[in-house]
Formats: sequence, structure tokens, C-alpha cells
Amino acid sequence: MWPIFHKFGSPPWLYAIAGAILRWLLPITLLALVTGMVWGLLFTPSENVQGNSYRIIYIHVPAAVVALAGYYVMALAGAVSLIWRMKMADVAMKAAAPVGAALTFVALFTGAIWGKPTWGTWWVWDARITSMLILLFLYLGVVALYEAFDNKEAAGKACAVLSLVGMVNIPIIYKSVDWWYSLHQGASIKFTGETSIHPSMLYPLLLMIAAFYALFTCALLLNMRAELLQREQRTQWVQKLLSKDVVN
Amino acid sequence: MHPVRKQRLYLVLFIALFSSIAVGLVVYALRGNINLFYPPAEVAAGKAPTGQPIRVGGMVLEDSLQRAPDSLAIRFKLTDYEAAVDVVYVGILPDLFAEGQGAVASGVLNEEGVLEATEILAKHDENYMPPEVTHALENSAYDEKGNAK
Repeated sequence: MWPIFHKFGSPPWLYAIAGAILRWLLPITLLALVTGMVWGLLFTPSENVQGNSYRIIYIHVPAAVVALAGYYVMALAGAVSLIWRMKMADVAMKAAAPVGAALTFVALFTGAIWGKPTWGTWWVWDARITSMLILLFLYLGVVALYEAFDNKEAAGKACAVLSLVGMVNIPIIYKSVDWWYSLHQGASIKFTGETSIHPSMLYPLLLMIAAFYALFTCALLLNMRAELLQREQRTQWVQKLLSKDVVN
Repeated sequence: MHPVRKQRLYLVLFIALFSSIAVGLVVYALRGNINLFYPPAEVAAGKAPTGQPIRVGGMVLEDSLQRAPDSLAIRFKLTDYEAAVDVVYVGILPDLFAEGQGAVASGVLNEEGVLEATEILAKHDENYMPPEVTHALENSAYDEKGNAK
């Protein structure tokens, strides 16, 4: 196991492997997104109570699910960079923050659009929505904190600690609709117990969730590659890569 | 594991554990305040304050909705099947508002225990069903879980 772990510490190797993954993951992601979107928007029945407005679920739920999962990716990368002082984990943590922030924003924005025709309001300060807003600020906080330091090592440490502290918010978001009276309804897809979405609506939703996980991975890898080039711009392998690109 | 790294691992676990405990205590202390609304049972028990803005949430009781013939005024009961609260409201209702569906009313509880609402929000549940399936289930002797009605 350890040799692989050490390889992850090598910027040129990580840059190359991320590029190799992206070459096949990007087309798959695109295909899954388009298929899921067309399936969800055109080939599913309308909902009994909400009519067609429920279809925003195919963006809202995947964005929210991956925004939560992405936070664990960021916090885990932060923990690895704290414990093993692994620079590449620091790169992953820094790269995950803006992607997670974007997904959280999409979840909040589509939630507001969905809330107006169904609940009758764009925004309400209930536990689910407020804790999701805190998640957005945590992500943006990591982005801002990293930029606030001149010293990359100090920035990485501070951001890793912030990510770890913010991790407590994730189960709160997930359980908020069960612990408190909120306007937001409970979970429809449950880890235990029956799913309360009709299968004809559920399958495209599951496809979209998988597509959003892939999208997160693509965005993370692209961000990491850009960050690697910037950090290592004075090293030989980047210079060689750049000169090769100019020749081609 | 290298002792220095082990020490850092403990530090990370310490941060995760103690921030969770700290936030957990805050959330526990605020548990009543984080609720968006009072259930009707708490209003009936006198736990909700009168004369100041509150929210009450529950199901709109079947056959309780009365509309004024010449205005937008309505009157209905919100229930959690333990107690019911009368709500009066003048204005436009959200599309999903219906008897037997969830709703959250914000307003002021008057001396008679009637909520004078200034805003009504519809609450929807976590069930998503195509209309045909719902109609088929209504006509069937079984519910969606396969239990006999």
C-alpha cells in the first residue's frame, strides 16, 4: 500500500494520472448528465401533487448530496495533509473547496426556485436551509482563508483545521429535517427503510446523483491539475511540459 | 506509525471530537429555538406565546376549510391529530395548499387561541408518485406499502 501512497506525493505522476482519468471520465460524465437530464425532464411522469415543478429535483438533490459528500473529501484531504504533511493532499483540499461551494450554491438556488411554487416562499429560515447556508459559508471560508495567508504551509494548516471543525455540520444538515420541525420535507431516499419515490422517477434521479459525483471528480481533478502547474511552474517537468505544448 | 505523525493524528481526532461536542451542546441548548414552528398540541397546551409572531405547522384538517363568499378570507384548522388550532387568513394561498396536506401558518395567536395568520406556506411530504399510480391506489384495496386498507 505504501508505495502507491508515496506515488501520490509526486506532482508529475499525479498530474499525469489525473489527466489519464479525465480522458475517459469527462465523456462518461457528460453522457450521464445529458442522459439523466433528458430522462428526468422528458420521460418521467408528472407528480401527483406538484405537477411538473418537481422535476427540478433532478438538479437540486444531486447537487445537495454531492455538496455534502464533497465536504468529507475536503476534510479528509485536510486531515491527511495535517498528519502526513502531504503536499498533494493540500492541493486536493484547496481544489475541492470552490467545487463544493458551487454545488452548495446550486442546491440553495434550485431549492429557492422550487420553494416558490410549492411552499409559497423563496426562503425560510428552517434548520435544513440555514445549515446548508452555513455549509456554503464554510466552503467559501476555506477558499478565503487559503488566500489570506502568504505562507502556503500555514494556509494549508489553517484550512485543514477549519475543514475538520466544519465537518460536524454535515450530519446536522442530513438529520436536520428529523431532529427539528422544518418546512423542508424528510429524506425520500433512505439508507434504511423504503424509498418513497416511485421507481419511474427514482432511476433517473439515481443516475443524476452518480453523474454529479462524476462531475465533482472531474472538476476536482481539473482544479488539482491547474493548482499543480501553478505551484510547480519553476520545476523541470512543468517547463518540459510547456515547451512540448509549444512545439505541438 | 511515526510518533510525530501519531501525535498529529490524535490532534486531528481531538479537533473533530471536541468541535462536535461543542456544536452538539450548542444545538442541544437551542433545540427549541431551531424548530421552525409549534405543533398544534404545544399550542393547545399553552406553550406558544400569545400576542407575538409565531408559526404553527401541521396538517390542514379535512372538511375544516371555510372560504368567505365575497373576499379572500379563509378559516381552517391545523392539526397534528392530538389537538387542532383555528387559523384565520386573508390572502392568496400557495398552490399546494389543500385539506389533508401539510401547512405552516405564521401569525399572532389572539386571546381566543385563534391564529391570525399573515402568511401561509404549504408543506409537502417526501412521497413522489405519478398521478396515475395515485389514482390506481385510491381505487385499490391496498395502499402503496401493499397493506390492506
